[in-house]
Amino acid sequence: MNRIQKKLKEDKKILSVYFTAGFPKLDDTKKIISRLEKHNVDLIEVGIPFSDPLADGETIQKSSKKAIENGMTIRTLFSQLKDLRKKVKIPVILMGYLNPIIQFGIEKFCVKSKEIGIDGLIIPDLPVEIYIEEYKSLFNKNNLLNIFLITPQTSEERIKLIDKNSKGFIYMVSSSSITGSKKNLEDNSFKYFDKISNMNLNNPSIVGFGISNRETYQKVIEKSKGAIVGSAFINFIEQNGIECIGKFIKKFR
Amino acid sequence: MKYKVDEKGFYGNFGGAYIPEMLYPNIDELKRNYLKIINSENFRKDFEKLLSEYVGRPTPLYFAERLSKKYNTKIYLKREDLCHTGAHKINNTIGQILLAKNLNKKRIIAETGAGQHGVATATVCALMGIDCVIYMGEVDIKRQAPNVARMKMLGAQVRDAKSGSKTLKDATNEAMRDWINNPVDTHYIIGSVVGPHPYPDMVTRLQAVISKEVKTQLLEKEGRDYPDYLIACVGGGSNAAGLYYHYLNNEKVKIIAVEAAGKGINSGESAATIKLGKIGIMHGSKTLLMQNDDGQIIEPYSISAGLDYPGIGPLHSHLYETERAKFVSVNDSEAMDWGLALSQIEGIIPAIETAHAFSILDTMAFKKDDILVFNCSGRGDKDLETYIKYFKL
Repeated sequence: MNRIQKKLKEDKKILSVYFTAGFPKLDDTKKIISRLEKHNVDLIEVGIPFSDPLADGETIQKSSKKAIENGMTIRTLFSQLKDLRKKVKIPVILMGYLNPIIQFGIEKFCVKSKEIGIDGLIIPDLPVEIYIEEYKSLFNKNNLLNIFLITPQTSEERIKLIDKNSKGFIYMVSSSSITGSKKNLEDNSFKYFDKISNMNLNNPSIVGFGISNRETYQKVIEKSKGAIVGSAFINFIEQNGIECIGKFIKKFR
Repeated sequence: MKYKVDEKGFYGNFGGAYIPEMLYPNIDELKRNYLKIINSENFRKDFEKLLSEYVGRPTPLYFAERLSKKYNTKIYLKREDLCHTGAHKINNTIGQILLAKNLNKKRIIAETGAGQHGVATATVCALMGIDCVIYMGEVDIKRQAPNVARMKMLGAQVRDAKSGSKTLKDATNEAMRDWINNPVDTHYIIGSVVGPHPYPDMVTRLQAVISKEVKTQLLEKEGRDYPDYLIACVGGGSNAAGLYYHYLNNEKVKIIAVEAAGKGINSGESAATIKLGKIGIMHGSKTLLMQNDDGQIIEPYSISAGLDYPGIGPLHSHLYETERAKFVSVNDSEAMDWGLALSQIEGIIPAIETAHAFSILDTMAFKKDDILVFNCSGRGDKDLETYIKYFKL
């Protein structure tokens, strides 16, 4: 069983944290991961920076830009994470846009990810149809779970297709927006969480986008398996540095 | 039919719709409806009426006598520069605004580089009384002030794209982010044959009016409906796609595409995507892209803001790969010289984008009887300041 699947089996809500690899400093990646684990985060998403992050708001655009300027590349990231599994036990997901991954070489990327002990991938600009046709068997071979996004506008038929092709969790985007653009969640979001939970999908859902404080976190986990915090975390480490990550996590639970 | 898009949105190895899930419903809605709408009788009627009475089509196919004599061949100019708003861009925006109305959209967004597409979009929004937001890179806003003013006069809101390099590619990112944030009532009018399927095919079909007219006009003037050469400048590639469209399967017609080499192919300041690009994915499309080894998009450069896009429409990547079209690239200085030359030989001040295309007259040999059709895609009013500085006029 994959580490993500094991974690999801536990009888607890998931707090997942996203950050951009190479931000604020190039070699912060491993330090951030171990501190997040130390403070009982359940799952970590490591962002691979891209020059043109279409689905991201200002915060992640900026952290990506800085990370690229710092010299972050997939090659560098893999070498930083070489010994990941000597210490880190919780599931780690790589999240990045398709182009840098393709340029690195998709097969090499998957093999390397497996070697290091990466458990899953989130590739926002890889639609499910193309995944099924070109990527699914390669990801499966390397025990990498692909995590798909759904939004309030995603049709039921499409949610079912995504559910059928998922083996970990579904990334439920809280509202129609880019990352980091909303401070609070709207009532509509909760209706949509209910709708998804009533669909009795095979995969649990974890909510992302718009989770920036305890209040939103608590509300969201009532309706789902957990929540993902991204932009709020990046803003925090930008302002406070990576030493006091524990303080940030305590804001949520 | 090998140059037509397939049902998944690919031209050979290029194209597709590599979009985040947040854009899927909008793209899917377009994909399911665009052909039905643009082939419908109502749409054709409205489209043709507006093109004729509002845009001023058909644009002339002008035999350039002095230029022909100078180069000892037969040169025609398809005068898209005479369209309302000064370039071919409005063919597409007229089509897409009708489509948006058909889909019951209440709000239009668009990206713009030089401002031509922004002006063409703001114009049709004013015409239809629809809200309009134009994204433009902060850098471009500064260097294209007259077009910014035009958009504002037309009632559009111009928002500066502050991300990345603050130019066309970033304006496109910002427009797509706006669309993600406004998934129900908004239509995104992309200005070129780029972006996720169905945009490349849709914009090509709307611009295809150019080659449709050329066929009729050539038949009248030359007794045959095809030329020996079609020549157009290519940034994203919409004026070129429109000029080529009805001739793609006629192998008697040789196709030439001219890219902007900026300060030179190897200068590090260039926009020659075909020469410098590798296959990759940007703005939802798999195509040739200017990028570094890590897959980060490289900021292009050209003296013409309309050609400095780091990608190229997937159709053009396919025409290059199948060798259907010959791609050449032209430096800033050659293009600028042609801006002046065309002004003084034919009395037509072209857009700097357009001027690039004519440079091939200096590098390729043509026979006396060859018929060449250049797409005179836009007029040079918007570039006066650049011309003034460059030639110290």
